Amino acid sequence: MTETQTMTEAKISIRGIRKTFEMKDSEFVALGNVDLDIQDNEFVTVVGPSGCGKSTMMNILAGLEEPTSGSAHVDGRDVHGPGPERGVIFQQYALFPWLTVRKNVEFGLKVAGVGKAERRERADHFIEMVGLEHFADALPKMLSGGMKQRCAIARAYAVNPSILLMDEPFGALDALTRVKLQEQLLDTWSREQRTVMFITHDVDEAVFLANRVVVMAARPGRIFDVIDVNLPYPRTVDVRLTPEFAELRNRVWHAVYHQGPDAVPYEQTK
Amino acid sequence: MASPMNAQSEGSVVDQDATVTSSGTAANAGVSPTPSAPKRQKMDPRKKMFIYNAISIVAGIAIWWGLALTDLQLPTPPEVVAKAVELWDQGLMQEDIIASLTRVLTGFAIGSALAIPVGFVMGWYAPARGLFEPWIQFFRTIPPLALLPLVLVLLGIGEVPKIFVIFLASFLACVISTYQGVVSVEGTLINAARVLGAKDGTIFARVVIPASTPFILVGMRVGLGSAWATLVAAELLAAQAGLGFRMQQAQIYYDLATIFVNIIIIGILGLVMDRILLFTEAKLTGWQERR
Ligand SMILES: Nc1ncnc2c1ncn2[C@@H]1O[C@H](COP(=O)(O)OP(=O)(O)OP(=O)(O)O)[C@@H](O)[C@H]1O
Ligand SMILES: [Mg+2]
Repeated sequence: MTETQTMTEAKISIRGIRKTFEMKDSEFVALGNVDLDIQDNEFVTVVGPSGCGKSTMMNILAGLEEPTSGSAHVDGRDVHGPGPERGVIFQQYALFPWLTVRKNVEFGLKVAGVGKAERRERADHFIEMVGLEHFADALPKMLSGGMKQRCAIARAYAVNPSILLMDEPFGALDALTRVKLQEQLLDTWSREQRTVMFITHDVDEAVFLANRVVVMAARPGRIFDVIDVNLPYPRTVDVRLTPEFAELRNRVWHAVYHQGPDAVPYEQTK
Repeated sequence: MASPMNAQSEGSVVDQDATVTSSGTAANAGVSPTPSAPKRQKMDPRKKMFIYNAISIVAGIAIWWGLALTDLQLPTPPEVVAKAVELWDQGLMQEDIIASLTRVLTGFAIGSALAIPVGFVMGWYAPARGLFEPWIQFFRTIPPLALLPLVLVLLGIGEVPKIFVIFLASFLACVISTYQGVVSVEGTLINAARVLGAKDGTIFARVVIPASTPFILVGMRVGLGSAWATLVAAELLAAQAGLGFRMQQAQIYYDLATIFVNIIIIGILGLVMDRILLFTEAKLTGWQERR
């Protein structure tokens, strides 16, 4: 394999994706011509106003929706339908309420035909990782929102995907739980090395987690700006207090909230 | 005359109760329950509820007894008890109960057994929905009993027509709710299963079926209630045995005690069957968030 190939072959690549929805007498362009490459082991966050097509883009990558035109590739292969190398964490937890935490985490392993003993061992490993070991036999209804989300994370991790697609996973959580889960997520990401695409509404969160922040704009849904975050990992609470962090946050903030035709580049606002 | 009898009846029924003292005081306080309530604040709320239930039942029987002693021609509770013993000794009560239960359970079992797969197919495959729905919607608006004359003409006067109307009553109630259960399975749960590698068959077995169980059980409860009501009415019209038939016979002879006995049996059996399903429901669907 030549060097250029390794350089250009991204883990995830989105090529000219367009997604339209048929309305009564018109068509709605949810995504108009999106191109994006995500490298192996990269942590990319996606921010943008509501309705700009973030979830649509993620669903296409997850294989839950087909693009109208264009294509998505994962590890150089076309995406058609979901695959075990892509783990998805939904905004609404989506735990199976009739299964215990452990059975939820085992679900993907069971589908894959993993034997009972190994299934249990692997499930327990990830349950411990997210700190739910005392709740392994509890039903989701007994868990708080943060615990449900951690269970969903363990469930996605259990099938050992090399890519994690997360759609506003911490959106419904209180600030404290959120910060804890963000740090935990970074921690496991840096240990287990995965490629992550993480959608959020929260500019702070987007900067704190990412190697790169992708800012999207609406009507039509498109990529508006991509901002590199050159802050070293591991990132702790202190990172949030640095001037570099503030500067990046301002840039992302500006990109998200000044997208109109009269937008002024961020550099000119100073 | 009426009031000493009332007091006596209250006393005797309460005596049979396990909670003699507490329900005794409760019965006395029954006229003004509010002032006595704060004294029993530490009591388990379920026990409290039970006491209120007991008061209500005792009071109801007392009122019935009171009315029976006026000119209303009602049988008194002891007369009804005596009649019940008589019917039991003659073996008629057992015969009627078995006849009615066999019919209702057969019809209900066939109805539910058919409704669940039909409901699933309707929810899962749009063409099936299109084919079944007009008929189900149409028959749903007809009380099953209204079909009895037609069914009697077509199927004769044996067991089949009665079981058929019961089948129809439970089928219709159960098929609609099963269908609704399937279509209201959350899309995100199906997507969650898909991204974990599940294919259609697995999604159906591991997601759609458990997710719609609460709906199915509600449908079965409604179905059983409607089947029971339909059965008794059907027996009034055409039967040679059964609780409804016995009442119809008793009506001819002006035998109010027998009618009372059967009404009470119908109520108790209906309640027991409902509680059994309710218990099953609690066991199978205890995972639900809201309750
Ligand atoms: N099935 C659909 N049919 C019609 N329009 C749809 C459908 N799914 C999404 N859309 C439209 O596409 C646009 C993008 O939706 P999407 O859910 O991707 O937005 P989003 O960026 O995730 O928004 P949010 O931040 O609010 O979650 C929205 O305007 C939405 O109305
Ligand atoms: Mg969204």
